[in-house]
Amino acid sequence: MTDRLFAVARYWWSYRYFVRSAIRNDLKARYARSKLGLLWALVQPLAMVLIYTLILSHLMAAKLPATSTVYAYPIYLMSGMLAWTLFSESLARGLGIFVEQGELIKKVAFPRALLPIIAFGSASINGLALLSMMLVVFLFLGHWPTLHSLWVPAMFVLTVWFGLSIGLLLGLMNVFFRDINQAVPVILQFLFWLTPIVYAVPMLPVEYHGYFDWNPVAKLTAAFQDVILYQGNPAEWHLLMIAGIALLFTALSAGLYLRVRHELADHL
Amino acid sequence: MSVLISVENLGKAFRSYPNARQRIKSWLGLPTHNVQDVWVLRHLNFEVYSGEAVGLIGENGAGKSTLLKMIAGTLAPTEGQIQLFGEVRAILELGMGFNGEFTGRENARHGLSMMGLSAEEAEALLPEVEAFAEVGEYFDRPLRTYSSGMQMRVTFAVATARRPQVLIVDEALAVGDAYFQHKSFEKIREMQQAGTTLLIVSHDRGAIQRICDRVILLENGQISREGEPEAIMDYYNAMLANKGNERHSVESEMREDGRVATTSGTGEAEITTVELRDADEGTPVEVATVGQTLELVVTVAIHDPVEELVIGYVIKDRLRQDVFGTNTHYLKAVRSDLKPGQTLNYRFRFPCHLGEGSYSFSVAAHADDTHVRQNYHWRDLACTFEVVNAQQDRFLGVAWLPPALSIEQNHGDSQ
Repeated sequence: MTDRLFAVARYWWSYRYFVRSAIRNDLKARYARSKLGLLWALVQPLAMVLIYTLILSHLMAAKLPATSTVYAYPIYLMSGMLAWTLFSESLARGLGIFVEQGELIKKVAFPRALLPIIAFGSASINGLALLSMMLVVFLFLGHWPTLHSLWVPAMFVLTVWFGLSIGLLLGLMNVFFRDINQAVPVILQFLFWLTPIVYAVPMLPVEYHGYFDWNPVAKLTAAFQDVILYQGNPAEWHLLMIAGIALLFTALSAGLYLRVRHELADHL
Repeated sequence: MSVLISVENLGKAFRSYPNARQRIKSWLGLPTHNVQDVWVLRHLNFEVYSGEAVGLIGENGAGKSTLLKMIAGTLAPTEGQIQLFGEVRAILELGMGFNGEFTGRENARHGLSMMGLSAEEAEALLPEVEAFAEVGEYFDRPLRTYSSGMQMRVTFAVATARRPQVLIVDEALAVGDAYFQHKSFEKIREMQQAGTTLLIVSHDRGAIQRICDRVILLENGQISREGEPEAIMDYYNAMLANKGNERHSVESEMREDGRVATTSGTGEAEITTVELRDADEGTPVEVATVGQTLELVVTVAIHDPVEELVIGYVIKDRLRQDVFGTNTHYLKAVRSDLKPGQTLNYRFRFPCHLGEGSYSFSVAAHADDTHVRQNYHWRDLACTFEVVNAQQDRFLGVAWLPPALSIEQNHGDSQ
């Protein structure tokens, strides 16, 4: 048994260059024939931050809890946007990976279990680019990192995993029902506005506050806002809960994969 | 010889669900209704030994590609199992999931990584791949600018960059120009000689017979025959020629010399004897000399009314490649309205303009100018003979085309 596990592990390990090459290709393919390449991945969230800051800054700043910086609202916005972008990008990666790599799946035999790893890698690199870009902006605004910022790497990985685990389950279903690919952006748009990113919970009437307890993404944005803007600790209990959900979805994805793997290539 | 591929009770079904609900139920492990399995392949059992070259033939839709994909590991079997005892590499329907936006070099690098190579190993093999593909400066241009032949060149070069224990080739040889076809054929041969086991799907009879030791014929998702390439190919061709005709039968018979002769047909007219004779003396000929005048005598018995009768023959070489063929339609001697009980004697006289070697006659009685529509009787290996060169100057090849030679020397040319 252990021999067998060892053999499988060695087999996977022999594909490490493939994983690296696939991640690089995945990033390159998305920005093929564009001059700015990866920069485009940053333009979208930053443009949104800029727009909301210009429009809502005065309205919102007064309503955020007291902070040490005058740029509270842009920083609040960017913290939430970072969490949201990591989540939605990872979800999209997981959702698309089977169909996008369909040709490969149909024509080449390689360990299929590497696909989520490739998706994780490509989503992480995109996310790291965004994170470093935002870090530059924070420094520029005079908002320096503190010891609490050490939470960021853990939250980063957690968010990517969370988004990816849901994305993979939807991605497997999407191979058979392509409607899912169409429905997800619509649902995400609703979810974006149901999550306190542009606004803050205290701005809403108290009777609605309870609803946010049902939105796990709100827990993630809150964690990023707590650490980055308020320079405190996130609610560890909430992060554990997110990890639990991610674990559940990972298990569901794996379970569904085992059930449909005989048919998967036939539908690509 | 050790077993490299072992296929046991293999089956592949494409499953269709009546609606989305049934499919989702199957995901949850709940009982489902009206799920239909369309079996593409079923109950396959065979083994491939190391160093062997096996050809897979069959009509479109017989399941050849599905079988290859399952052995290559890109399709999962529905039932049964495939055991592999070696590294398998496949060239399936053009391409390895290459990306058109990337250059040939980038795709080649990625393709090598897909074989589980490390960065250094891949980098070391790249120059070889580039040299073999011979696409010149296109190697550093995006793949989308390539012709399909050029894409094939790169794909083939990548797939064969390292000699695998098993190489699976699906129709790939048919793509590309004659030069590269020849080159890739040589490469496959080379790997075969170095010990690689081959599994090949091709409609090219010549290629199958030159490479394969054994041929498996798939019919309706099952192995209908397997054996020696020449015999199976004959059987397959006879089967194709008579599709959709219920009266038609195909039989194979082992001859004394160990070769298998295939006969087929609906039987209205029967080729009773086929004999090769010396045209002048009328004696039977088993060994002919180059330049001798020969006569092929074909006797046909009519068993049922026949509206139109054409007799044709093909002289084939040792590899069963056609050397020469004709029929009484081409020769404008079609007979019509023949009654049962009649017997016809056809005498084809011809000079033996053949090179040294062994040849055979395939003889057919049919209705049209081809035997595809109505085939009364068709006999492969109906008669065999050797050609030796006793009197003529030495020459090469299967055809004797003696030239008249003259050499002129121009006097003014010297120094």
